[in-house]
Amino acid sequence: MAIGVKVMKRPTSEVSYVRATLKGMALTFKHLFRAPVTMQYPEEKSTAEWSISPRWRGTHRMMTDEQGRSKCVACGLCPQICPANCIKLVPGEDEAGNRYPLIYEIDEFRCVFCGYCQEVCPEEAIHVGVHYENAEYSRDRFVYDLERLSAQTHPVSALWDPADPRGE
Amino acid sequence: MTPDLKGFILVSVIKILVIFVITLVGVAYMTLLERWVSAWMQDRFGPNRVGPKGLLQPIADGIKNIAKEETLPGGANKILFILAPALAFMPAMMMSGVIPWAAPVPVHFDFSLPWLGRFSHEGLMPIQVANLPIGFLWVLAIGSTGVYGIALAGWSSNNKYSLLGGIRASAQMVSYEVAMGMSLIPVLLLVGNVTFAAIVASQQQGLWFILPLFMSFFLFAVAGFAETNRAPFDLPEAESELVAGYHTEYSSFKFSMFFIAEYANLMTFCAMLTTLFFGGWDVPFTSWDQTPGLLQTIATGLAMFLKVTFGIFVVMWVRWTLPRFRYDQLMATGWKFMLPVALGYIVVMTLAIFAIDRLLPGLSGRIHQLLLFGVNLGLAYITFFLADRGFIISGSSRHTLPSTLEGASGARGQG
Repeated sequence: MAIGVKVMKRPTSEVSYVRATLKGMALTFKHLFRAPVTMQYPEEKSTAEWSISPRWRGTHRMMTDEQGRSKCVACGLCPQICPANCIKLVPGEDEAGNRYPLIYEIDEFRCVFCGYCQEVCPEEAIHVGVHYENAEYSRDRFVYDLERLSAQTHPVSALWDPADPRGE
Repeated sequence: MTPDLKGFILVSVIKILVIFVITLVGVAYMTLLERWVSAWMQDRFGPNRVGPKGLLQPIADGIKNIAKEETLPGGANKILFILAPALAFMPAMMMSGVIPWAAPVPVHFDFSLPWLGRFSHEGLMPIQVANLPIGFLWVLAIGSTGVYGIALAGWSSNNKYSLLGGIRASAQMVSYEVAMGMSLIPVLLLVGNVTFAAIVASQQQGLWFILPLFMSFFLFAVAGFAETNRAPFDLPEAESELVAGYHTEYSSFKFSMFFIAEYANLMTFCAMLTTLFFGGWDVPFTSWDQTPGLLQTIATGLAMFLKVTFGIFVVMWVRWTLPRFRYDQLMATGWKFMLPVALGYIVVMTLAIFAIDRLLPGLSGRIHQLLLFGVNLGLAYITFFLADRGFIISGSSRHTLPSTLEGASGARGQG
């Protein structure tokens, strides 16, 4: 039993338990007929109230040119800036002197989805994507290689624009 | 054995099976209804995945509960641990045996079976397993034995939280049983009989007893909430303090037994509330349902079903509205509010009935009951508007000495 609890001098209409009960029950009864705000996720992925932000940074996507080759020129900026050190890049060079990635792998488990790789890329090749359904059956499947990164089709993330900070 | 006795036994066995199955199915769908009601009140969908609109959810739940692992805590008293769910389950099932679920139906048969001989049944068959002469006293008596299962479950689990839950449950049920029994005495004053059949018949002649015995209804309903361990009286399973109370250590079907028992108790409580205060299986505003017949039985059964379902809905509605009481509030409400009010109500009703009988002899039942309804309105006003100023459910500060409180004068009744 608490000793010396301050007694509030509330009006009697507020301390009446039965009347407070009836008030509460009227409130819950009103909620009975209110439409649920739940989104039925696997069936609906966006509703009028909520849709995924265009600035969402999800799993990566490598852009390709018209010939289906990746746009990457293996400059090495993205592994350089990556704070999580999750990009593995081995550069190669063809007969014409064009650089291209021999190996380009992103460990999506290490990635912190900061989006620096997209920001730093001079060729607009690597992007973070607007995508979030990434379940796999094993951990190795989360190391995305160049082929897999190029095969992604989901939309890419819109970068934050300092001139338009609120995305309008 | 005479053919009549054999016919009676046959009919009784069939009724037991039917009511048992209906109770279990009803319990299964009450769990679904509970989840739906809770979801709707919280602006959610509730179960809607298994089957059309989620209607097969109870079956999935049942299969899950049977398939789960049975655990036995180390140090548990094995015999009592296994016995306790059965002790909670059996009274719950036994109680529903005396509820009249519909109007009596005329049943006539006379046939012979090889080996067993001749079966015959003549006349009206009440739609209740046993038309006991002790009526609702049976429900009160068997209902109070249900506490054994809960107390033993709490004790035998060898778990502090379970034990506390069991102790709370037994204290709560014993406390509120007193008020519950007292709240039904005014029904006896009006009917003069404890059997459900007489109570229903009396309400068909006059008004439903919720009007002439409103305070009785209120007290019985509150005590019933406490007896069935429903919110706001669900302290025995207060999960924030006691994990899950007495059934913390139970898993698989043993847990299901407690669950079924709780919901079967709730169903019996609602059926009893219906029978005592809402005219039982009486179809309102008509009298054609009083002549026996198959159609009348079906219609009255439907009326009973709707009334009981509405009662269950109200109980769930209350559960998802009110927060749980503190333990001292629970005890104070039981002993300091419910019991004195119930006792005082008996006195007032006795005097009122006596006065009406003396001053206005020869009144018809309906007028008589309307006069009592007026008395009840006055009593309800006194209880809910004049007395209910922080007295019924009070803050703990009301228990401290006024002298220890700063500016204590005028603090009484303001908790």
